[in-house]
Amino acid sequence: MFLKDYFNDIAQAVGSLLSGMRRTGYYFTHHKEIITEQYPDNRATLVLPERFRGEVVMPHNGQNEHRCTGCTACELACPNGTIKIVTKFELNAEGKRKKAVDAFVYHLELCTMCNLCIQACPTDAIKMAQSFEHSVYDRSQLTKILNKPESKLQEGVE
Amino acid sequence: MVEEIGTTDEGDLIINIGPQHPATHGVLHLVITLNGETVRKVEPHLGYIHRSIEKMCESLSYRQFIYSTSRMDYLSSHINNHCCAMTVEKGLQLEVPERAAVIRILMDELTRIASHVLWWGAMAMDIGAFTPFFHAFREREMINDIMEETCGARLTMNYMVPGGVQFDLHPNFHRRVKAFVKQLRNKLPEYDELVTHNAIFKSRTKGVGILSKEDAISYGCSGPTARASGVDCDIRKTYPYEGYEKLQFEQAMSTDGDTYSRYLVRMVEMRQSLSIIEQLIDNIPEGDFQAKTKAVLKLPKGEFYSRVETARGEFGVYIVSEGGTTPYRIKFRSPGFSNLSALDHTVRGQKIGDLVAIMGSFDLVIPDIDR
Ligand code: SF4
Ligand code: SF4
Repeated sequence: MFLKDYFNDIAQAVGSLLSGMRRTGYYFTHHKEIITEQYPDNRATLVLPERFRGEVVMPHNGQNEHRCTGCTACELACPNGTIKIVTKFELNAEGKRKKAVDAFVYHLELCTMCNLCIQACPTDAIKMAQSFEHSVYDRSQLTKILNKPESKLQEGVE
Repeated sequence: MVEEIGTTDEGDLIINIGPQHPATHGVLHLVITLNGETVRKVEPHLGYIHRSIEKMCESLSYRQFIYSTSRMDYLSSHINNHCCAMTVEKGLQLEVPERAAVIRILMDELTRIASHVLWWGAMAMDIGAFTPFFHAFREREMINDIMEETCGARLTMNYMVPGGVQFDLHPNFHRRVKAFVKQLRNKLPEYDELVTHNAIFKSRTKGVGILSKEDAISYGCSGPTARASGVDCDIRKTYPYEGYEKLQFEQAMSTDGDTYSRYLVRMVEMRQSLSIIEQLIDNIPEGDFQAKTKAVLKLPKGEFYSRVETARGEFGVYIVSEGGTTPYRIKFRSPGFSNLSALDHTVRGQKIGDLVAIMGSFDLVIPDIDR
C-alpha cells in the first residue's frame, strides 16, 4: 500500500511537471505570441495615448502668444511646489497697469504628474505632453521656463 | 543589535536579509536568528523608505494629499486614492454620481487583478520558477495600457478625486476591458497548469507557514492573508461601499492558513474580480463622472474614517479636521504593516528556505508598510 502511494506520488509529480513543460514548449515554438516591445528601436513607431502625462507644457500659437494670465492658480494647486510664477506689470492698450506672467518656472524634477495644475487653470493655458524621456546630465537642465521669450498673452484671454 | 545578540543561545546564528535583497521585494531588512536551518526569530527592521507621508499630508489640501497615497501601496494605487476620496466626500457629505461610482469599482477591480497577477509571478519566482513572471507581466501589461489610456498614467494615476474621477472613460475602454477579461479567462488555466498543480510548488507550500485563525485576528491581519486562515474580513462584503452590495461575488476563503491556501485565495479572488468586471462593464450608467465641488475644499470640524479592501487587505484613512483647508492629522491604516507583524510568529520553527516562500505569500509591499 505504502509502495503504491509512493509510486503514485512520483507519477503525479512527473505528470504535473510535464504539463507545465508542455506550456513552456508551446510558447517556445509559437513566436507569434511573443509580446516583447523592442523599446529604443521602436521609438519611431511608439505611440502614447493622448492622455498620458509626461510633462507640463504651455502651447503657443503662431504669433508667439500663450493663454497664461499669471493668476497663480496652478501654483497654488500644485502639491509640491513645482511651479513658480514670476509676474510683472505691463501697460495694456488703454494704458492701465496689468499683471502679466514674466516667467513660468517649471521644475520637472519635482513634478509628480498629478494633473492638478492642469485642472486648476481657468484659461487652459497649460497641458500635459506625452514626452517621457527626461534623462539629462545635470539636474539644472530640468528646470524650464515654459513661456517662450518675447511671448505675449493671447488677445481676449482674461 | 547588542540586545538581540544577548537573547540568543549558544550556537545561534544571526543573518541579515536586506535592506537590498531581491526576495524582500523592496527595502525591508530582516534580522533572522537561526539555529541550524531552523528559524528561531525574525525581526523586521523598517525605516529605509520612510517618507513621513502622514506628516506631509498635514500641509496639503484635501485635493492635494490624495496623490501621495499612490506612493504607498503602489500596486493598489487606485484603491488607496479611492479611500482618500471617499473620506473627503464623507466630510463634505457629497454624493458621488452613479457613473463615477461604477467607474471606481471597475478601476479598483482592474487594479486588484493587476496586483494579484504581479504577485503570482513574484511568488513563483520566490520559490524558484522564473518563467511565470513573464506570463504574469503579459496580462498585467494589458491592464497598464487600459489605465494609461483612461487615467493618463500607468502606476500612480491620481484618478480618483473628491466627487468622482478626473476624466471620463476613454472610448476604447469598453473594448479593451472586454478583450482583457477574455484573455485572462483563457490564461488562468495556464497559470494553474504552470504553478498551482505543480508538484514542486505544492510540496514547498502545503503545510508550510501555518497562521491560525486566532493569530490572524490578534495580529490584525486582513485581506487574502487573513482570509486564508478563515477570517471573513473582506470589507467589500462586510462593510460594502460604493455599491459593492449590489454585486454578486463570493468572498474567497480557506481554512488551512498555510502558504498554499494563501496562494489559492488570491487565485480565486482574481476570478471573482473578473466576474465583477463582467457584471459592470455592459451596465455603466450614463451621466456625470464628477460631482460639482467648490474650488477650495473645506471639511467641517470633526473626525472622518473610511476603509476599503485593497489587494492586500484593509486600508483605512482617518482624517481629523479643524475646519480648515488642510487636515489637522491624517492616519493611514495600511494592510501591509499588520500582515508583516504576523510574519515572525508564522515563520518560527520553519526552515530558512521556506521563509521566502512564506514572505511571498504575505504579499508585502514595503512602501505601504513603511510610509
Ligand atoms: S502635474 Fe502636479 S506636481 Fe506637476 S506641476 Fe502640475 S500640479 Fe505640480
Ligand atoms: S497657467 Fe493657468 S493657472 Fe497657471 S498662472 Fe497661467 S493662467 Fe493661471
